[in-house]
Formats: sequence, structure tokens, C-alpha cells
Amino acid sequence: MSHSIPSGSRWRWYIVFFVAPATLIYTVFAIYPIVESLRLSLFAERDAVEAFVGIDNYKKLFTEPYWADQFWNAFKNNVWLFVLHMLIQNPVALALAAILSIPNLRGAATYRTIFFLPTLLSVVVIGFIWQLILSPLWGITPAFMNFMGVGKFFAPWLGLESSALTAVTLISIWQYVGIPMMLFYAALLNIPEETLEAARIDGLNGWSIFWKVKLPLILPTLGLVGILTYIGNFTASFDLIYTLQGGLAGPNGSTDVMGTFMFRTFFGFQAQLGDVNMGATVASSLFFIILIGVSVYLFGVQRRLQRYQA
Amino acid sequence: MRTTILRTTLFAAAISAATTGWAETTVLTIESWRSDDQAIWDEKIIPVFEKQFPEIDVQFKPTTPTEYNAALNARLAGGTAGDIITCRPFDNALAMYEAGNLADIKSLEGLANFSDVAKAAWSTDNSDATFCVPMASVIHGFMYNKDAFKELGLAVPKTEADFYAVLDAIKADGNYIPMAMGTKDAWEAATMGYTNVGPAYWGGEEGRMALINGTAKFTDEGFVEGFKQMAKWTPYLGSGFQAQGYTDSQNLFTLGRAAIYPTGSWEITGFQENAEFELGAFAPPAKDASSDCYISDHTDIGIGMNANTKNKEAALTFLEWTSSAEFASLLTNAAPGFFSLANHNFEVENELAQEFMAMRSECKATIRVAHQILGRGEPALSNELWTLTANVINGTMTAEAAAQGAQDNLDAWFKP
Amino acid sequence: MRSNPLSSMAIHGVLILYSALALFPLLLIAINSFKSKKGIFRDPTALPLGELYSTKGYQSVLANGDFPLYFGNSLTVTLISLVLILLLGAMAAHGLTEYRFKGNGLLGLYLILGIMVPIRLGTVALLELFVKLGLTNTLTALVLVYTAQGLPIAIFIFTEFLKSVSGEIKDSARIDGLSEYRIFFEVVLPLIRPVIATVAVFSMIPIWNDLWFPLILSPGEETRTVTLGIQQFIGQYTVNWSAVLAALTVAIVPVLIMYVIFSKQLIRGITAGAVKG
Repeated sequence: MSHSIPSGSRWRWYIVFFVAPATLIYTVFAIYPIVESLRLSLFAERDAVEAFVGIDNYKKLFTEPYWADQFWNAFKNNVWLFVLHMLIQNPVALALAAILSIPNLRGAATYRTIFFLPTLLSVVVIGFIWQLILSPLWGITPAFMNFMGVGKFFAPWLGLESSALTAVTLISIWQYVGIPMMLFYAALLNIPEETLEAARIDGLNGWSIFWKVKLPLILPTLGLVGILTYIGNFTASFDLIYTLQGGLAGPNGSTDVMGTFMFRTFFGFQAQLGDVNMGATVASSLFFIILIGVSVYLFGVQRRLQRYQA
Repeated sequence: MRTTILRTTLFAAAISAATTGWAETTVLTIESWRSDDQAIWDEKIIPVFEKQFPEIDVQFKPTTPTEYNAALNARLAGGTAGDIITCRPFDNALAMYEAGNLADIKSLEGLANFSDVAKAAWSTDNSDATFCVPMASVIHGFMYNKDAFKELGLAVPKTEADFYAVLDAIKADGNYIPMAMGTKDAWEAATMGYTNVGPAYWGGEEGRMALINGTAKFTDEGFVEGFKQMAKWTPYLGSGFQAQGYTDSQNLFTLGRAAIYPTGSWEITGFQENAEFELGAFAPPAKDASSDCYISDHTDIGIGMNANTKNKEAALTFLEWTSSAEFASLLTNAAPGFFSLANHNFEVENELAQEFMAMRSECKATIRVAHQILGRGEPALSNELWTLTANVINGTMTAEAAAQGAQDNLDAWFKP
Repeated sequence: MRSNPLSSMAIHGVLILYSALALFPLLLIAINSFKSKKGIFRDPTALPLGELYSTKGYQSVLANGDFPLYFGNSLTVTLISLVLILLLGAMAAHGLTEYRFKGNGLLGLYLILGIMVPIRLGTVALLELFVKLGLTNTLTALVLVYTAQGLPIAIFIFTEFLKSVSGEIKDSARIDGLSEYRIFFEVVLPLIRPVIATVAVFSMIPIWNDLWFPLILSPGEETRTVTLGIQQFIGQYTVNWSAVLAALTVAIVPVLIMYVIFSKQLIRGITAGAVKG
């Protein structure tokens, strides 16, 4: 892992120089405020005073039906969100990156920019435009589907409990596919030309070079994208769903995810007052869920991938 | 009355001038979710105030409505919130008062200009403290396309039977979507549906107070009937209404594609700007010819003072002014559809606003059913009503089940 | 995959198809930004020609003369935060992967914890902190928060890539007598340029588009960002969609330019690296 020069007993200032600035800013402006908030999960308001209640809030979250139902509903929806991103977003991103990395492809830079454009947009406009496109009223999708002869399959997807979450997820994939694409692309371009040349001399064609040479070489990036998808699925999905489906994540809570649940609880929504204690409890639980995923990755998947590669 | 107010405000201003050593301008910042009203405040309301009180500089600084509550609470906690705070009604403002963020302003003389009902929205349950000056209410009802009604030879419905006859006629004609409403954003279903026509079935205030006193339940006939009415609306909505949001409905109606729009007076300005046809308004239909009609005349906006403001005198001066006839008339005419809650007599110039105002004398008034006291459960009952009503209209829940859901919410915590 | 005309056509077919999917919604945004609100909903797919054409949206944006200031603020905040995230992030990742020291593993884990909880939850503590520091209504406050927010993911990704950088190059640099500082700036940084560009591209987006922190930390007239400026068109009941679409169409341009610059760096970095390797 580290190719370090053997350390003497002397204090190596350059290490401080490298890690201290980031650690300092991060500790003061990220960790401190977050810890200040998360510790509230151990308190509750009793008779207008904040009182230490231990893990009572966690008990409440997992045993009281009102909380537990929301938690597991949001969790279940997050799992679906994750599965769809893994099954659709990342393969599409990989395919696009693979095509774009073909040497001397004409217009590669233009295509790459086009594919990344949706990622640059703010959710306000993405929410507006996709609601407009998918709307049963303004005719864009219905007209297109009629033209393709499949008009009878049109449904107001964003408004149906059965399809809203999937529709929202597909919009999210449309928006974010550029990020894994860039990561794959950077990894694919990093493969030394000699390796590929050697494969060609061995008589492999483009297809099998991709599967047998390139893919194994970029496995660590696949793992990285997987864990980033896992994290983003819990933390970044909030904005889009809030914009598209509102704070209650309708219809009937069917698009509620951990992010919307957490922010709704913490900050309140409309007539619902914010509850910082329960909000912090949800956030802390989410923190552990993500931590477990990241640990599995760091100590399980990642090591195996590197061993495989070596 | 007016002179006393003026005298007290001048007095207050004099004190503030004395304490600050004069000549200095005090800057007052107003927190609000009404970004729609920026121009109204900047151009019509604030200049009038500043002319009378040149030593006070008022700035209207709205926050996006969807972020208002969260952002304001964060600013209050961090001590950077404005001096004047626009208040949401009932529990929301009450919580701010209890958290020590809104000052008790019961001593304001101008509060005498408001009815108890109006003040109730911004007072503690026992009325010991009042923390916001009532500013405006919105009246629920229906707007309709007068041209379409003329074309189809329809008259404004008075009773439930008339109402559905009109809808049937529009539907049979086929040129217009009978009613512009969707369930995607859910709040329209509850606000413009259930709490709009429902009071006719549960007897308005009587039914609402009965819920609070514990003598009625949501599973009683009147409240269930409200949900049943919602189920009856479904066939008159446009196809795909499940994915129709609030903006969609607004545009569907103003573009002339729908004939009736269940709504409230707050739409007046926007609609008059956009619709190319003549707009009319009618009150929610009565149960039958022998029954009364009911409207939700909902106390919607108040204005209070940040308890930790450094400009207390100036803020009180301003609040005192907001209780004056001058302010009432300015506001109601600049933002037609937001009706001043003050008892002053003033002229309303906008005709459509007059139509809504007229409902006050024709029908009995109430407020949105779940807002006062009943909304303190988990989740807040009015949020729960959004989802329940939308479910009923979507056909994924029966009226009885929705009523049971609302009652379950109350049973979980509420003691009459 | 030496160019075989048939497969090349198939490849471009796929690329064009996906381009259409990516571009169509954007095209809709752009054409509708040249329509009045009524025009948008009357026929959302129609080109803004004849009667439909309206620059009302752009006019309302221009009428607010402060938009150039907002753009300046957004650019300042985004660029400074980016530089800090990339530089400090790469330094930290280098420190963590290159040197073995006590608590190395723990510090690595600590530095990525921030990915797991949105900083937004710590808003109140942050605001109180900035009030104490006298930094409310300054761009500095935003830069500090965005840097702190962007660091964990940058460190995470840099660490992953630095682990795969071979030690030989660095060791030979040491034999040449380069100091540890020069090794980082002259050997390591150029090597990971593609990754820096990649991280830059996706760190800038949440910063540029953020609404929450400008709203809380620096809502003042002088420090307003573009996203916050646009909010004036979004009311409780009436949304000026023409203005929102116009402002957002214009708001894409700076990030698009930044993207193009970074992705050029990405390619240049990779080709340069390939020559060296």
C-alpha cells in the first residue's frame, strides 16, 4: 500500500503539511456541525427542556408503527433505487465510456459533452421539464407513443403508486449517468496501449479485448462506482424526489426514500413541524447503513478486486 | 380609532428616536414566504409606511415558499433572522412562539381591530398571548370560465345537485374538461377539495368544534360524506389526473381547456393576468336547496415580531401600522384575493375579489378543518388529509377508510 | 476495433440515439425559455416562432440588473471551492497513501465519514459558528462549507486512484534528490491529472446548483448566488416559468465552459501520462 521511506524517529513535517489543511477545514465545517446535530438523537424534548434519553429515540424509530413503517418503506424504496441504478445506470455508463474510448472515434469530445450535459442542470429545471414531458396533459409523451404505435401503453406514471418510483429513478439515471461514465472513461483511457497491442497480437478481437482485457483492468473502478452509487442513492436522491414529488414523496408515500424521510422529519414540512431529535435519529441510522456498506467495500470488495487485478 | 393608533405609533417612534439618538435610520427586515408579493411590498405598501415613518427603512426579503419554514427556523436558531416575521397560522407560529422566537404582542392597541376568530389563529389556546397581527385570509370556492358557461347555457350551481348537473353537462358536451384538478401534488385535493366542499356536510364550524370537543369523529356521517364527494369528482377530472400537478391545473384552466377550477381567492391576480376569457367565482354548493352554504374563510397570513430583534420599537411601530385601515386597504387591493382580516371598512376594487367577498355574507364561514389544535399529531393531520384525499380521488382508498385513517391519526394522541 | 465501416456506422447510430435522449429535454428547456408562460403550455414542443416567440423571460431576468453580480458570486464561490477541494483533497490523499504513520488508517476512514451524512443537517451549528466568526453574508462562509462538503468524496476517489500509482516513479525521484513536497507537486499531481479533472467535474455541480446554504448563510443582496437569485421567480402560487427557464438556460453556460476545460485537461493528462509511461 505505501511505498514509504523507512521512517526515522524524527517528526515528518511534510505529512502534516499534506493532511492537516484538509483535516482542519473538514473537521471544523463538516464534522463539528454534523456531530452537533447527530448527538441530538440521544435527546428529546421533555416539558420544554432537552433531556438525555439514551437510545429511546432509536427504539421509537424501530418499534412505533408510525416511524417504523416510514423507515422501512423508505429503505425498501432506496433498495429499489439502488438496484435500478446498478442494473441500468452503470452498465449504460460503462457501454458509453467503452464506445467513447475507441481510439480515433470521430466526434468523441462532442458526444462526451452531450452525454454529460444533463448532469450539469439544476434539479429545478429537470423536475419541470420531465413533468412536462411525462405529463398526460401537454401531449409530449402521448404523442410520441402514438406515433410509435404504442399509445395505449401510456399512463400517468409519475402519479401512480405502482410506477412513480421507477419513473423518478429513470429520470435520476438520465441525469446522473454522466458521472460513472466519466469515471469509467478515465479508467479505460488509463489502460496502457502496450497491453492492448499485446492482446491484438494474440489475435483477440475488439469484443473479447473489452471483456478479457479491459474489464478486468478496470474492476477497481467498477467497485468504486458501485460504492459511490450506493452512497449517492441514500444521500443525493433527496433533491430530485423533493422537486418532482414534493415533501410527502407521493403518491401515498410511494417515492419516499431515506433522504426525503430524513429531511421531512428534521426540518418539517408544511403543517408538520420539524423534529430535530427524530430527524437526527433517522440521520444517524442512515449513517450506519452507509457505514456498513462502505466498510464492506473497503475491507471486502476492494481488497479482493485489487488482489484479482494483481 | 385611527387617531389613537397614530398617536401610539408616533409615541413609539419618538421613544425609538430618543433611545437611538435620532437621525439614524432603523432597518427592519421582513421574513416572508410570499415571493409572489415582492413587487407589491416594494412598490405599494412599504413606500406608504416609510413616508409616515422616514426614520424606518423596511425591507421585504422573502424566501422560496418550499424552503421558508426550514430556512426561517435555522436563521432564528442562528440569530440572523429578520425583525418582522410573516406567520403561518396556528401550530406553526405557535411553535415559534413557544420556542421563544416570536414575541407576545398582545399589548398592541391595533389588535382591537380584529375579531377573536381572526386572532385565534395566532394566539395560545387559552388566548393569554397573541403573537402575530392577523393579516389576511383566503376564501375557498370555485372559479369558472364564464365564456364556457355561456356557450353551454349553464347557470352557476347553488346546490350539490346543480353542481353535478353542471359537471355532467360539460362532460356530455365534451369540449371542456369539466374540472381542472389533479392529485399529483396532493395538497389541492385536500385544500381545494375536501376542506372546500366538505364543510357543507359537517356543518362548518359546528362540525369542526365538535371534533375538537370530542363530540364528533371523522367517521361520523358528515366527515365521511366529504370524502364521498371527493370520490364523486373523479370522473370529471382530466385523464391522467394522477400525474397532474398544481401548475398543470392552473394552466389547464387559464388556457381555457377546463371549465371549472376548484380553488381559492389567492389565484385572482395570477389568473386575471393569464386567462383570455371572463372569470367568475361561485361558492361551494350547499347540500340542498334548504341548507346553508359554507365557505372556508381561512386565516392564512399573520405578521409578528422576532422576539430577539434589536429594533423592537421600530418593529412594534410597523406592526401597529399593519393593523390600520390604511394597511388593510393597501394590502387587499394590491393583492386581491388576500382579504384583510381587520374590521375596518374599505373598498375592494377588484370585481372577482368582490365576488369572493360576497360569499362571506351568503354563506357561513369556517376554516380548514385540521388546522387548529387537531393538527398536532404525527403526522400533522392536515398533511395526512392531503394523502388521504388524494387516495380517495385516485380510487386507491374508500371514503370510509380515509375517514378511519383521519380518526386513527386523532385517536393516537388527541384528548378532547 | 480498427474501422470497419459497418461497425462504425452502428457505433455512431448508438451514440446519436443516446445524444437525442440526452438532448431532447434540454432542447425543450431552451426553446421554451423563448416563450411566454402561456406559450409554453399551449404547445411545449413547438418552436418559438411567430406568435409564440417571446423574450419576456429573458427580459425579466435582465430587468433585475443584479444578475451579473450573482453570476460573479457563483463563479467565485465555485472556483475557489474547487481549487481548495482538489488541492487539499489530493494532498491529503497523497499523505494517506504514500506514508505510513500512526493512525493512518483511522484518519483515512475519518476523512470519508462526511460522505455519509449530509452537512445540511448541521446547518444550525454552522450558522452559529459563522455568526461567531463574523462571516455571515460573506462568500467565504460558502467556500468553507462547500470545501468541507466536497473534501471527503474527493479524498475517497483520489485515494483509490493513488493506490494504483506505481511506487517506482516516486522512488526514482527520491533517488534524484527531490524533496517530498516536490515529489507531490511535480511527479504525483501530473500523474493523477485525469482523476483531478474527473473529480472537478462532479464536485462543481452540487456547488453551482446549491440553494440551501446561500439561503441560510449569505442571503444578502451583495452575496447572492445565481440559484438564489432565480428563486425570486418562484412564488407560492405563481411561478414565472419563462424567467426560470431563461435564467437556468443562461446558468448552464458557465458550468458547461468549466466542464469543457476540465475534460480537455482529462484527455491531455491521460495522453501526457501515456507518453511518459
